[in-house]
Amino acid sequence: MQKIGVFVCHCGSNIAATVDVKKVVEMAAKEQGVFHAEDYPYMCSEAGQSRIAAAVKEKGLTGIVVCSCSPRMHEATFRKAAERAGINPYMVEIANIREHCSWIHKDMTEATEKAVILMRAAVAKVHLNAPLMAGESRVTKRALVIGGGIAGIQTAIDIADAGYKVDIVEKTPSIGGRMSQLDKTFPTLDCSACILTPKMVEAASHENITIHTWSEVEKVSGFVGNFTVDIRKKARYVNMDKCTGCGVCQEKCPSKKPLNEFNRGLNTRTAIYTPFAQAIPNVPVIDANSCIKLKTGKCGICEKFCQVGAIDYTQKDEIITEQYGAIVVATGFDTIKLDKYGEYAYNESKDVITSLELERIMNAAGPTKGHLERLSDGKAPKEIVFIQCVGSRCSDDRGKPYCSKICCMYTAKHAMLIRDKYPDTNVTVFYIDVRTPGKNFDEFYRRAVEDYGVHYIKGQVGKVMPQADGSLLVQGVDLLDNKQILKKADMVVLATAIEPNPDVRKIATMLTASIDTNNFLTEAHPKLRPVESPTAGVFLSGVCQGPKDIPETVAQAGAAAVKVIGLLAKDKLKTNPCTAKSDELLCNGCSQCANVCPYGAITYEEKLINDHGIRRTSRVAVVNGALCQGCGACTVTCPSGAMDLQGFSNRQILAEVDAICR
Amino acid sequence: MSKQSELIKEISGVNPLKCMKCGKCSASCPSFNEMDIKPHQFVSYVQNEDIEALTQSKSLWKCLSCFACVERCPRGVKPGKLIDAARQVLIRQRGQEGLTANEIPALLDDETPQQLLMSAFRKYRR
Repeated sequence: MQKIGVFVCHCGSNIAATVDVKKVVEMAAKEQGVFHAEDYPYMCSEAGQSRIAAAVKEKGLTGIVVCSCSPRMHEATFRKAAERAGINPYMVEIANIREHCSWIHKDMTEATEKAVILMRAAVAKVHLNAPLMAGESRVTKRALVIGGGIAGIQTAIDIADAGYKVDIVEKTPSIGGRMSQLDKTFPTLDCSACILTPKMVEAASHENITIHTWSEVEKVSGFVGNFTVDIRKKARYVNMDKCTGCGVCQEKCPSKKPLNEFNRGLNTRTAIYTPFAQAIPNVPVIDANSCIKLKTGKCGICEKFCQVGAIDYTQKDEIITEQYGAIVVATGFDTIKLDKYGEYAYNESKDVITSLELERIMNAAGPTKGHLERLSDGKAPKEIVFIQCVGSRCSDDRGKPYCSKICCMYTAKHAMLIRDKYPDTNVTVFYIDVRTPGKNFDEFYRRAVEDYGVHYIKGQVGKVMPQADGSLLVQGVDLLDNKQILKKADMVVLATAIEPNPDVRKIATMLTASIDTNNFLTEAHPKLRPVESPTAGVFLSGVCQGPKDIPETVAQAGAAAVKVIGLLAKDKLKTNPCTAKSDELLCNGCSQCANVCPYGAITYEEKLINDHGIRRTSRVAVVNGALCQGCGACTVTCPSGAMDLQGFSNRQILAEVDAICR
Repeated sequence: MSKQSELIKEISGVNPLKCMKCGKCSASCPSFNEMDIKPHQFVSYVQNEDIEALTQSKSLWKCLSCFACVERCPRGVKPGKLIDAARQVLIRQRGQEGLTANEIPALLDDETPQQLLMSAFRKYRR
């Protein structure tokens, strides 16, 4: 028999204005097993907590019910208070009379009635609560960063600087990511490569950082502090220890047809290639799909010319298995496909390009060596039209409902750079809104208009029509003048929406990390835990969590690193004791629980069972308490009722239901 | 008046509040220059419940019902459907019929889109 104390919180007027707290106390005092009931303006305050301690001491309480806000808010607070007062923290139950009651009701009588019922249910549950002990698990002091763009690089450097080992897994042949494809960065217009490459070099030369490029995460198991990860190191066909990065192989390779991914497919590369000059590592890979030697067995020119014998056509994919304490997802973004936007003629004309393609065209290492020219005929464009919000802010199935956030600024950047370098080229920007929140951002956009004469038109483009003479006829609207505009252009640039890297779905599934309807990874709390995933030990860095520019990405990368460091600094973690447990007498070994367990926490053992004096050997489920996350999937699946969640047993839940229906 | 704007919303199935005023409808419209009230303005007229002006506008009869605005609207507002609905409201008010069903076969040919015929039912009076 429990001796229960009920503590009713006013939460200032948050609860007390809608719920008659005195009435709840009065009703609580009548409940069986309740030896103490009181109310207080702020139960979570120091004074409120000491009232709990005093009551425990005075009345010899064994269980506590706090009628207050959501357990998400203060369950931990009250559990700690109970522990200090000498009660097991799992003997505390919260009746949520704020979010579930006062905040959603207007009528005081109704709200009070509901608060009493919720209090009763919590009291009924505490009667069946049993003390639970949290176990401990050790922490592997090594972090994994998935993705080697600026987000991943920055997170890795920050973790490594704190003295912990970090591995970066990057699926392309080099780290650097999208930022390495950019020409200049807003709002300072400094060269992207010039500020990125020192960071790449720092990561590569850091004693605590190991970089696995041309590699992908294949499998993840385990839990916070103890992840086991299989990494597929794809066959590079080049020995990384021998290669000096001289580049002769790339000059001599006769297979010159494959599209250059780094230049967004605007030109071609060789079958053996490094994506760009500053690539790290500066070791090429052979693209097996276009290598003549690997496809036909004849060629071998790169091997012949390699002076250090680094080419190795016999290499195979290799799977390595590593242990990590924390995992950071930094998988970044891509631009959306424009197949559904026929009106912009992107697939019809070479001179309709995306902004990321323009970025490559304007870059000295790009397909046109940095000269602004039309991809169709190599002529310099004299009239350029930029179209904003292509695929962003769309509620239909063609685009994305969110604002891609970076387009307004990079379009102002492109427009400004073009007007600066080619003053006789006219630049027109069709916009819906110009969104420039950020330090020195609006000033930057105004400079484009006022100092560089970029022509901004409030309105959209309805269609782009390629003409027989090679020009593009743009039909748009000027909403402020209320006029339709027909404009001849030489080049049209589409500010294409960005979307999370498509691989993120696969990775989120492996990590059991949740993603939203747009495939962005969900944060544990949108305001207060923005860099943590709801899955313990998984952290978020960069655009995989939501659209952001470089400064924001770097800031978030640092924040994710701090969270990882905070985790790795601990030697042991307390595990949640509310885990599943199977009753060996009832379990018939059917395996259904193991099939639904998302954490691989359930195994089977042949056990000698003493069933009321009858000894038998039986195949029974065994739960690994360290792996179990207490989701309860097994308990509802079990056909024989053998599985129970500690702290949330079937008996406890039904006792609550009974109390509510009483 | 507000009753009429409700009727237009009901007939068209359009929620004008979804409009983000990007103007892609007017940018797409082939009859833009013929219209006194432009396609993007239709949305705000309905929102402001100024239906009188709409039903008296030239635009009502200049709209080709090509539905380029419906097709390209990024917010699913579909201004073309609003125009279509405004026409219906007007015709219901006048209590007159458009084309009748037995007049149709004579008008059919291989090139006329079915959609055009449908809107002709609403547009042209005998």
